[in-house]
Amino acid sequence: MHWVNALAMILMILSGWAIYNDSVIFGWLHIPHWITIGAGPEGALQWHYFAMWILMINGLCYLVYGFATGRFRRKLLPIYPRDVIATVRDAMRFRLGHDDITHYNAVQKLLYVGVIAVIIVQVISGFAVWKPVQLSELAVLFGSFQGARLVHFIGMALIVGFLVVHVMLAVTVPKTIGAMLTGGPVVDDDSNDKH
Amino acid sequence: MHKAPSRSLFRPKNGVDQSVLQEHKALVDDINRRKILRGAVSLGALTMLTGCDVTRSDAVQSVLKRVSQFNDRVQAALFRPDHLAPTFSEAEVVKPPRFNAYYDIEDIVPIDVAKWKLELAGKIENKKSWTAQEIYALPEQEWIIRHVCVEGWDYIGQWSGVNFRLFLERIGADLTAKYVSFKCADDYYGSIDMATALHPQTILATKYAREPITDPFGFPLRLRTATKLGFKNPKWITAIEVTNEYRGGYWEDRGFNWFAGI
Repeated sequence: MHWVNALAMILMILSGWAIYNDSVIFGWLHIPHWITIGAGPEGALQWHYFAMWILMINGLCYLVYGFATGRFRRKLLPIYPRDVIATVRDAMRFRLGHDDITHYNAVQKLLYVGVIAVIIVQVISGFAVWKPVQLSELAVLFGSFQGARLVHFIGMALIVGFLVVHVMLAVTVPKTIGAMLTGGPVVDDDSNDKH
Repeated sequence: MHKAPSRSLFRPKNGVDQSVLQEHKALVDDINRRKILRGAVSLGALTMLTGCDVTRSDAVQSVLKRVSQFNDRVQAALFRPDHLAPTFSEAEVVKPPRFNAYYDIEDIVPIDVAKWKLELAGKIENKKSWTAQEIYALPEQEWIIRHVCVEGWDYIGQWSGVNFRLFLERIGADLTAKYVSFKCADDYYGSIDMATALHPQTILATKYAREPITDPFGFPLRLRTATKLGFKNPKWITAIEVTNEYRGGYWEDRGFNWFAGI
C-alpha cells in the first residue's frame, strides 16, 4: 500500500505542478516544465484525474486496514509532547536509536499522523476545487474557489516537504529501505503491545 | 467490448489441451513475474532517460482517455439537477468580464447582428431560425454566478438572457435526447449533456451587467451555465442541435475532459 500510495502521490504532485503552471497562484513561482507530467494542461489534468482514483482507493483501504487491525493505535499512538522533545534532544546529540525499526519514535509518529491528516485534507480540498458547485456545501469551508486552490497548494507543499525529509532520513538509515521494500521484519504482536 | 467466441466448425470443441501449461505452471508464473520486474525497471529507466516521453505512448494515452470517459460518467452521476450554484451580489461583479478563447482578444471578429441568425437542427419540432430581435423578445432571467476556468482562475459575472430549458421547450426540442451541441461563428464548437442544458441556471445569455454583451464576450448570443467550466460556454453561437450523437468539442477533442462539470 505504501508503494502504490507513493506512485500515486508522485503522479498527483508532478501533474498538479503542470496544472498549477497554467494559472499560477504566486507570480514568482512557476514550476520548471521538465519536471512536470503530462503533455500540456489537458494531459496533466488527465493524469491528475487518473491518479486520484488510485490515491483515494488505496488510501481508503489503508485507513480501513489501519483502524480495523489496530495498527494505527499500536504503531502511531499515543504521542506525548515530552517524548517528542526527548526524541528531538536525542537526535541533536546523534543518540537516536535505530536498533528496532519496527518501533516508531515520537517524532516519526507525529510526522506520520501529520502527513496522513494532510493527505485527507488534500483530498477534501481537491474535491472543493473540482466540484465547487455540486459540492458547494463542502467548498464553502474554504471561503472562495481561490481559497480552496490555496489550501490545495499548501497541502501539496507540506506533502512535498514531508517527502523530502522522509526520503532523506530513510537513506540515512539504509536498513529501513530494505524493510520498506519487503514489508519489514515480522512483528510479534505480544511484545509490541507492551510498549 | 469482449464478446464470447461464437460457435464455429473450425474451433475444437474441447479447446486446446491445457495439461502442458498445468505441468509447467510454476515456470510460467516465474517467467511472468520476471517480465513484470523487468518491465517495471525498464519503465523506470525509460522515464529517467526520456523525461516525460513515456507518457505520450499510445497505450498510456488510451488508458488516460478511458479514465477521462469514466470520469464523464462519474460526474454525470454526481450532478444534482436541482442544486443551485452559489450566487453573488451585484457589488462583486467584475466588469468587464475576463476574456477567454482559443485566440487573443485582438483577433476577435465582431458579428454583424443584422445578418446574424440562430439555426436549429436535430431533434427539434420547430426548426425555424431565430433573429437577434426575436431572441431579445423572449423572457429574460439574470444570474450572478462564478465563472471557473479550467486553467484555475475565476470571476463573478452577471449574466441575463432566456432560460435555456424554456427556450428548448419553446422550440419543441426532444428533452430526452442525450446532448445539445453548438456551433459558433469563430469555428469553435462544443456540446453539453441534456441534464446540464435543463439546469435552472443555464441560459442563452444576451446581456452582461444588464448591458448587451460586448463583442469579445460572445455578442449577440452565448451560453452561460453555472455548473460547468468556462470552455463549456460557447460564445457567438450560430447553430444549436439537439442530438443523441456525441459531438465532442474544440478543447475536448484536444484532450480536455468532456463533462467538465464544477
